[in-house]
Amino acid sequence: MPFIPHTEGDTRAMLATCGVDSLEDLFDEIPPELRANALDGIPAGCDELAVSQLLHARAAQNAQPLCFSGAGAYEHHIPAAVWEITSRGEYYSAYTPYQAEASQGTLQLLYEFQTMVAELTAMAVANASLYDGATALAEAVLMAVRANRKSKSRRILMPRTVHPRYRDVVETIVRHQGIELTRLDYDTAGGHIDPTSLPTEPGDVTALVIPQPNFFGALEDADTLTDWAHAHGALVIGVVNPTAMAVINPPGEWGGAGADIVCGEGQPLGIPLASGGPYFGFMCCKQKIVRQMPGRIIGATVDLEGKRGYVLTLQAREQHIRRSKATSNICTNQGLMTTAATIYMAVMGSAGLENVARQCHANTRALIKQLSAIDGVETVFDRPTFHETVLRLPRPVNGVLEELAGHGILGGVDLARDYPELGHALLVCATETRSEADLDAYAVALREVLA
Amino acid sequence: MNNEPLIFEHSRPGRINRAQSAHLGGDLDDIPDTLRRQRRPGLPEVSELDAVRHYTRLSQKNFSIDTHFYPLGSCTMKYNPRACNTLASLPGFLGQHPLSAVRDSQGILACLWDLQEMLKAVTGMCAVSLTPMAGAQGEFAGVAMIRAYHDARGDDARTEILVPDAAHGTNPATATMCGYSVREIPTDAQGDVDVVALKAAVGPHTAGIMLTNPSTLGVFERRIHEIARIVHQAGGLLYYDGANLNAILGKVKPGDMGFDVIHINLHKTFSTPHGGGGPGSGPVGVSERLHPFIPIPLVGRDDNSAFRWLDEHDLPQSIGRLSAHMGNTGILLRAYVYALMLGREGMVRIADYATLNANYLMARLRAAGFDMALPERRATHEFILTLKHQAKEPGVTAMDFAKRLLDYGFHAPTTYFPLIIPECLLIEPTETESKEALDAFVEAMVAIQAEAEKDVETLKGAPYSLPVRRLDDVQAARELDLRWQANGGMAS
Repeated sequence: MPFIPHTEGDTRAMLATCGVDSLEDLFDEIPPELRANALDGIPAGCDELAVSQLLHARAAQNAQPLCFSGAGAYEHHIPAAVWEITSRGEYYSAYTPYQAEASQGTLQLLYEFQTMVAELTAMAVANASLYDGATALAEAVLMAVRANRKSKSRRILMPRTVHPRYRDVVETIVRHQGIELTRLDYDTAGGHIDPTSLPTEPGDVTALVIPQPNFFGALEDADTLTDWAHAHGALVIGVVNPTAMAVINPPGEWGGAGADIVCGEGQPLGIPLASGGPYFGFMCCKQKIVRQMPGRIIGATVDLEGKRGYVLTLQAREQHIRRSKATSNICTNQGLMTTAATIYMAVMGSAGLENVARQCHANTRALIKQLSAIDGVETVFDRPTFHETVLRLPRPVNGVLEELAGHGILGGVDLARDYPELGHALLVCATETRSEADLDAYAVALREVLA
Repeated sequence: MNNEPLIFEHSRPGRINRAQSAHLGGDLDDIPDTLRRQRRPGLPEVSELDAVRHYTRLSQKNFSIDTHFYPLGSCTMKYNPRACNTLASLPGFLGQHPLSAVRDSQGILACLWDLQEMLKAVTGMCAVSLTPMAGAQGEFAGVAMIRAYHDARGDDARTEILVPDAAHGTNPATATMCGYSVREIPTDAQGDVDVVALKAAVGPHTAGIMLTNPSTLGVFERRIHEIARIVHQAGGLLYYDGANLNAILGKVKPGDMGFDVIHINLHKTFSTPHGGGGPGSGPVGVSERLHPFIPIPLVGRDDNSAFRWLDEHDLPQSIGRLSAHMGNTGILLRAYVYALMLGREGMVRIADYATLNANYLMARLRAAGFDMALPERRATHEFILTLKHQAKEPGVTAMDFAKRLLDYGFHAPTTYFPLIIPECLLIEPTETESKEALDAFVEAMVAIQAEAEKDVETLKGAPYSLPVRRLDDVQAARELDLRWQANGGMAS
């Protein structure tokens, strides 16, 4: 029996202790009419070898062309130490650190994680993670509604420069709570929110969402947007890429007062692409609204002898205490992913992370230069970008991408469905993992496809 | 190893891990200064060895399934087979960009399709969506579907979700997120839902009920058919919280109990890692009438038997997306590997032996003089021990027992849940523990009881042998210290 250690003798002795004759007798409280028949549709069990052979075959069916796609999931180098350590059973097979004294490893690590994320974003405090970037934004919206007590409108300004799938998820999650998501259009020249296009009398706004860099890779004028929001009584929710934080002005320093809530996708910090998950979301905020933050939060304290230790804190916000009045229903989050991210940030350091950011940016610039030299290919926006950019092709992108796949190239993300007004628009990205030869290969292939 | 400093305290200015950044390259001259970062973030500056040694040492301060018996009730802390991790981590899976072309993703799609089909078969539901990223997100999806169903029928008078008073806190919190008010239904003395109270509570305002079966009290809800009839007759729907599916896997199908929607905690029943608090995975299964509302994306199959994603075009009434991509795919793969290894016989055996272990442990603890919360009932995969007598005399609490168990090398059971049982320990041994492990736990409980009778201070001061003594939760919440600060540091 896989993973069940009982010998026949054990089973007999244990049944006797229970005072029953058979395993079946242990289910005598279940009404007989509810008992299931055979599990048709489920195959017979396999041993590890057979399953291993099947999974190797399946993995081989996944083709992995040279990747020039980003759009929220980035292929970065992951130092070998990251998952060597993260996969240790003491991290992998522990649970949420409810028994703090028996979980100091996880708790101290998460306290370090909170510190690192707060440092990256220049914010006061961070939580111990949410599910992913999209749900983190949804939780940030809900948090803003709780935190902005002066605003009664529950109205959130949601720019179209925010990742379209994030906007979908926010819609799914907040729609039952009377929250109005007001769409903000972007400037077609810059691919960013033009601060001068914002209304001078916007009425009661609860919060403005600012993505940095935005979905197009363009850099928003975050300072002006932040000041505008604060001048009108709105909170600022920043959605940021953590790699970008190594070189881009962090949200804690936006405008005069900084962003109020910051969230984002943690995947770039040592998490493999893995078909989209598991990743993790992060969230930070100003100190004064920390009690409105959802999710697990770790705090330092002392033990009986005055020695430093770490515990889950502010649990009075959470579902297992407050039940229907909790800040969120979130319980389990993405602990193992934050473990990897913490080790990643420690191994890389600020210098290492800055190097990654610079290399990505340089590679994307070099790629854009090569691709936009091809007849009919041009950049769409004129704002400064970070490590991702939109190109316009002379014909529909999906056909081009299919032909590029024939050359072993995942050429980027087709924007036709989400931004039809941009024409044949393609979102491209080259991280530090792309070599000069890779960039050349893409340019050669695209030239051939478009010829 | 008691005093491992913070990684920041290992940091030395200018110590750069050159293996990860041989050269600083790449101009940023196209980004104006006003958009640039002026001061580097304060990440630690350590060598790779410093980092490896530090995080290895921290790991050694954890209890885990791999190192300790971990009978945390309602969490199903069973062995996480290594094969699941190894196979889900094959480069062919890890390297796949989520926006890869469908024809380049047939391997992963085939695995997810198979898992959908297996979960349908074992739960008796008509369709399964794998996208929810945790149990609580599965709950959200489920209640959102209940709401979508009523909304689609124009039935907008239904404003209330019923939840038993013993339910997990996520149930009421989820109902609130979906815009419902919550009404609690009491539990009777035998641990079943109070059907009289339920009948009085239902009506045209009832959107549905959220139930866990076996319940959080560790017993099977015997009148589930009657409950289903009462709620359905009132026009409400039934939500099944799959937290305790391990107890009945393959024995009873939630679909046969009359549930309209369920979630399954793969990190419990299907043995995916708990990871120090996630990532979890909470697929949802639906009955025919909720099928149109199921969250996207799902894996579908074309006429030519190629796999593809089903999205809003295929399911226009879907409640929508719950993640940027398709949820915790890597966790789904681990569950898939586990399910393949178990097969249909193995799944039923899980329920058999999880139930045997719980009943055996309960019988032995009772024989040793401990009180059970529901002594007349058969345990399912878990049971509740109450220390209310010990709390009066000699005056030790469930928390004292829990902390002392740590010294004996056992992770504590769940304490103080369900909220309706005083001084309780919710104990779930799982099927992967041997008789010897269970016997050793009984011996520890007996020894602790003897210590309590001799001198309560022994327990009050526990634990003694861990990296820290008992920690002050009150100070943590009162004097918030949520991050390390370079200057000023923190009290030590």
